[in-house]
Amino acid sequence: MARSNPIALRSLISEIGPVDQVGIEERVAKYTTRSIKKASKVQALKLAVSMVDLTTLEGKDTPGKVASLCLKALHPHDDPSIPSTAAVCVYPRLVKHAKKLLRGSSVKIASVATAFPSGQAPLATRLAEVRAAVSDGADEIDMVISRGAFLAGELALVQDEIAAVRDACGKTTLKVILETSELETYDNIRAASFLAMRVLRPGDFIKTSTGKTSSNATLGNNQVMLEAIRDFYLETGTEIAMKPAGGIRTAKQAIQFLIAVKETLGDAWLNNARYRFGASALLNDLVRQLAKEKTGAYQAPYTLSEASGSY
Amino acid sequence: MTRLPITKTPKCFVGGAFIRSESGRVYEHKDSAGAFVCNIPLCTRKDLRNAVEAAAKAGPGWAKRSAYNRGQILYRIAEMLESRADELAAALSLTNPNSAAASREVRAAIDRTVHYAGWTDKYESLLGSVNPVSTPHFNFTVMEPMGVIGILAPEEAPLLSLLSMILPAITSGNTVIALASHSQPYPSILLGEILAVSDLPGGVVNLFTGTRTDILPTMATHAHLRAVYAAANKSERTEIQQGAAEHVKRTVFLPSEKTIDWFADDAQGLYQIRHFLEPKTTWHPVGI
Repeated sequence: MARSNPIALRSLISEIGPVDQVGIEERVAKYTTRSIKKASKVQALKLAVSMVDLTTLEGKDTPGKVASLCLKALHPHDDPSIPSTAAVCVYPRLVKHAKKLLRGSSVKIASVATAFPSGQAPLATRLAEVRAAVSDGADEIDMVISRGAFLAGELALVQDEIAAVRDACGKTTLKVILETSELETYDNIRAASFLAMRVLRPGDFIKTSTGKTSSNATLGNNQVMLEAIRDFYLETGTEIAMKPAGGIRTAKQAIQFLIAVKETLGDAWLNNARYRFGASALLNDLVRQLAKEKTGAYQAPYTLSEASGSY
Repeated sequence: MTRLPITKTPKCFVGGAFIRSESGRVYEHKDSAGAFVCNIPLCTRKDLRNAVEAAAKAGPGWAKRSAYNRGQILYRIAEMLESRADELAAALSLTNPNSAAASREVRAAIDRTVHYAGWTDKYESLLGSVNPVSTPHFNFTVMEPMGVIGILAPEEAPLLSLLSMILPAITSGNTVIALASHSQPYPSILLGEILAVSDLPGGVVNLFTGTRTDILPTMATHAHLRAVYAAANKSERTEIQQGAAEHVKRTVFLPSEKTIDWFADDAQGLYQIRHFLEPKTTWHPVGI
């Protein structure tokens, strides 16, 4: 039995309405049964490529690795009909290296900040990190919320921190990582979404996960957050964007997520200003499936951008 | 009280799991007297695709095992075949009423497995070489497995021929996807069940059933397959070669115009293993 939520959180949930867990899971199970045929599939794959935040968040990242990532983001494949990705996503120290290659291009630079992935640093340190990333040229900042404070019911603290980071961002787009796997329930995910959206500007994002915990973006989490965005839009008219991240590795999964967007929020959200995929391996599979659609033959991963030594 | 019959649903062995076809389709399998036996999965190119993914995933781990360990596992397959020899013979007898022939085929299949179990740590000594070069280098060639191999088994000798094609490929650390005999598929279903309990890592051998016309074009063009080993007639060979040319895939054919004696000594051995090896030559400076 999970511990019961503190009063502040419970009253927020009753204000915004709880989530029907069984209903959500039945709903998302249906998304995996849609049959997407050739022309729509190619369109969806290209759309997904244009929505990828090509990510590298490892301790061993170097300027050289980021440079090759940037070139891949600009030109995922020889085929000119395959678009660039939406952004690259790197650690703050590497933003200036990415900026050199991406200045003047359509590919944005996203940087995780605020003591990613735990967020367990003093607020002043986290804000300083955000300002440093912005001044180095980051176009988008991915922040993490204080999950501990959220679960303890200190909602005002969490919201004030988001607002402080938003102010530190200036004109830079903000993405708020809820880290859904640590929020434990769909109700909490919905509550955290609303908490963040109430202080965000139109065009800012809410994001599922850091990709650093055991469970990441799922269709269920994604659906809860999409419905929160829909309800918030109907209530206030503010359009908040969405970014699932972590665990989306195959083109098939990406298409299922796009179906969820299409059927929950409609065409207005089917562009990379409103929806993104945070992923490192997904782009390879998208390009591979596009090559398959073009040539008619199943492709080997090593003929594209995976290590040529792979089996 | 009469007991309700418990009939088995035949399933294919892919990625270490038992699957029905992705399409959900089946075809009727009849015995030599024309009586219905069971419904066999009618696998499609999507099942082939999934099998290739499973084989590619299992590949590095299988190739990295020591030759000795691969030999132990192949021998274990022989042990498991031996323990279900009667059942295999009964499966062969469904389509070939000559039960002496069925028993003989099962024995030959078991012996063939033991044969290749012995080869795992020996082929390298015979096929690898130290090469004489006139520069100050120690120059040597080692044999490496190719990767995922596609197999189209013939219609006849459905157990022995299938195993005879699979074993030389996996002996050296390749993984295989194999389409079993269409007219006599049941032994391959049993073989999957036997492989599942014989220490063979899931995905090293992937077996599926269906029609050649569904599978052959995709097997020819699938870029992830490094080689195709096919018992095929002339027009099938042409189609495979045309598809394979795109990605420079190796093709090894057993022409179906000629009758193959699967029991013969030359249906097994080192040269079958060599079909699915890639030599790697290293120049190592010495005396500098």
